Amino acid sequence: MAGTEPDRSRDDKRSMLLTALYVAQAQHGHLTHQAVQRVAERLDMDVTEVFQTATFYSMFRTEPVGRYLIQVCEGLSCHLAGGAEKLLEHLQKRLHIKVGETTRDGLFTLESVQCLAACGSSPAMRVNDTLYENLTMDQVDDILDELRGA
Amino acid sequence: MFEPVLLKRTGLPRSETIGVYVENGGYQALRKALECSPAELIDLVKRSKLRGRGGAGFPAGLKWGFMPQGNADNCLCVNTDEGEPGTFKDRVLVEKDPHQVIEGVIIAAYAVGAQRAYVYIRGEFFLGVKRWIKAIADAHEHGYLGRNILGSDFSLDLTVHRGAGAYICGEETAMINSLEGRRGEPRLKPPYPAQAGYQGRPTLVHNVETLANVPHIVLRGAEWFASIGTEKSTGPKVFCVSGHVFRRGTYELPLGTPLREIIEEHAGGVPGGRRIKAVIPGGASTPLLTEDQLDVPMDFESLAAAGSALGTGAIVVMDERTCMVDVARRTARFFAHESCGKCAPCRLGSVAAWRILEGIEAGEGQEGDIERLYALCDGIAGHTFCPMGDAQVAPLRSALDRFGDEFRAHIAMGRCPNAA
Ligand SMILES: Cc1cc2nc3c(=O)[nH]c(=O)nc-3n(C[C@H](O)[C@H](O)[C@H](O)COP(=O)(O)O)c2cc1C
Ligand code: SF4
Ligand code: FES
Repeated sequence: MAGTEPDRSRDDKRSMLLTALYVAQAQHGHLTHQAVQRVAERLDMDVTEVFQTATFYSMFRTEPVGRYLIQVCEGLSCHLAGGAEKLLEHLQKRLHIKVGETTRDGLFTLESVQCLAACGSSPAMRVNDTLYENLTMDQVDDILDELRGA
Repeated sequence: MFEPVLLKRTGLPRSETIGVYVENGGYQALRKALECSPAELIDLVKRSKLRGRGGAGFPAGLKWGFMPQGNADNCLCVNTDEGEPGTFKDRVLVEKDPHQVIEGVIIAAYAVGAQRAYVYIRGEFFLGVKRWIKAIADAHEHGYLGRNILGSDFSLDLTVHRGAGAYICGEETAMINSLEGRRGEPRLKPPYPAQAGYQGRPTLVHNVETLANVPHIVLRGAEWFASIGTEKSTGPKVFCVSGHVFRRGTYELPLGTPLREIIEEHAGGVPGGRRIKAVIPGGASTPLLTEDQLDVPMDFESLAAAGSALGTGAIVVMDERTCMVDVARRTARFFAHESCGKCAPCRLGSVAAWRILEGIEAGEGQEGDIERLYALCDGIAGHTFCPMGDAQVAPLRSALDRFGDEFRAHIAMGRCPNAA
């Protein structure tokens, strides 16, 4: 890194890695082996290195997940405010799955996370690109219905 | 009453737009700054005594001064990785008033001679990403970014990079690795980012809130800024209040505002008239305070003297019913999950501590668990590659020190002593 004259064009390509991985992941919902390989070729990187970098980050997935990834915050602030556990229970009941599982139709994956920076507005959950705050269970049902219908 | 500075516009409709920003005095500071020399601006920020709002409180002007002068490689990174549990201020600042931060970025970049700036934003912040991208595009269109800003010979490009779910990437050297397309593992310091950061270039890293202060310092002066807060902790601070209070949310107040005032007056106190048992004053990595310490002024010095830290100013209030084993368990789980794995004391120690706490919580605590937890604290603190080791030990040790009896009762009874 330091000392030698850096090759900026290669460095610049590499800096696009996370962006490229997001694009690649969007194609199949997770990173397939082929997708990782394509990213490596495009960015002039070693496949193993791309893979090792991708697996460092929790938002990159090498296993399939549901079309809608639901993450409920169970962090300290959300727990104290009350409602985080209730929200998780409600979702488990409605979706008939446990935390960490995916519904059989492949539509929903349910996860719990530690903080979504919504500590002042819990219960909070993230569904793919959307953050929902101050949720009531009725709203949760509406959201699920809407996603099922979409 | 203190009049908000940073959150002043956030209540306005469409506060995130460039139109509302400009109508309310936005980008005036930039015009003024471009008429000053970089050295004058660095001096101004030094005199304001602005300190970093990302957790460590390092003097901003000093950091600007570390950047080599006249180096065309200089760059600036905006730390929008906010992930410390309890903290949600940067998200508000970016989502509600992104141009305020951008104006701060441009002024800081001009002062240190950076022509490239990067936003590193937490992967989960989708709305934030959208707001950044839109605001940057609009700023470009209006001539505040890009080539020859406002007719000056200063040019700046600002690009957004999304993180991908790793708390440790908030640590500045880990963030730089992540920006470069690497695993977000911290780097050895020195070299500090100001010497060799992104792609080996001298890099100024700042928290969102730190940069948001900069336009106001330029417009209203260093003396005005330094007159807010305390002697050494100057300026306004956005406090995040969560947990057992009536009105959870962000409150902008001068540094040095007593913790009790923030909790009782601004956040409306604890529901049910219950007593406060413990407070985390500055985010999940800061040591707990107890009820007898509520009068502590919320500034860097006072909190250090009280055995804790201002951190990010994220106040988490816990009432008398709170199980401290559960609090410790949740915090430990977070750190165990977020250890980057680079060094053993953190990677193994965090998981070991978490397991013991889960055991106690589940009623399977063993005699000697408390001693084992203390031993883990000793084994982790001061023995890790980055400050994450100390960050996880601080809350755990403080919980053991202050609530040791409760931990012991929990182990002896095989359940929470608070639960009737
Ligand atoms: C484990 C860890 C996590 C951090 N996370 C953040 C973060 O999310 N946001 C942030 O601004 N600073 C974070 N920091 C502090 C940064 O390393 C750095 O000090 C800061 O961005 C500098 O900006 P400032 O001087 O404006 O505070 C973190 C530090 C550590 C050790
Ligand atoms: S202390 Fe933890 S987070 Fe920091 S380098 Fe070591 S393993 Fe990584
Ligand atoms: S603890 Fe739930 S959003 Fe922060």
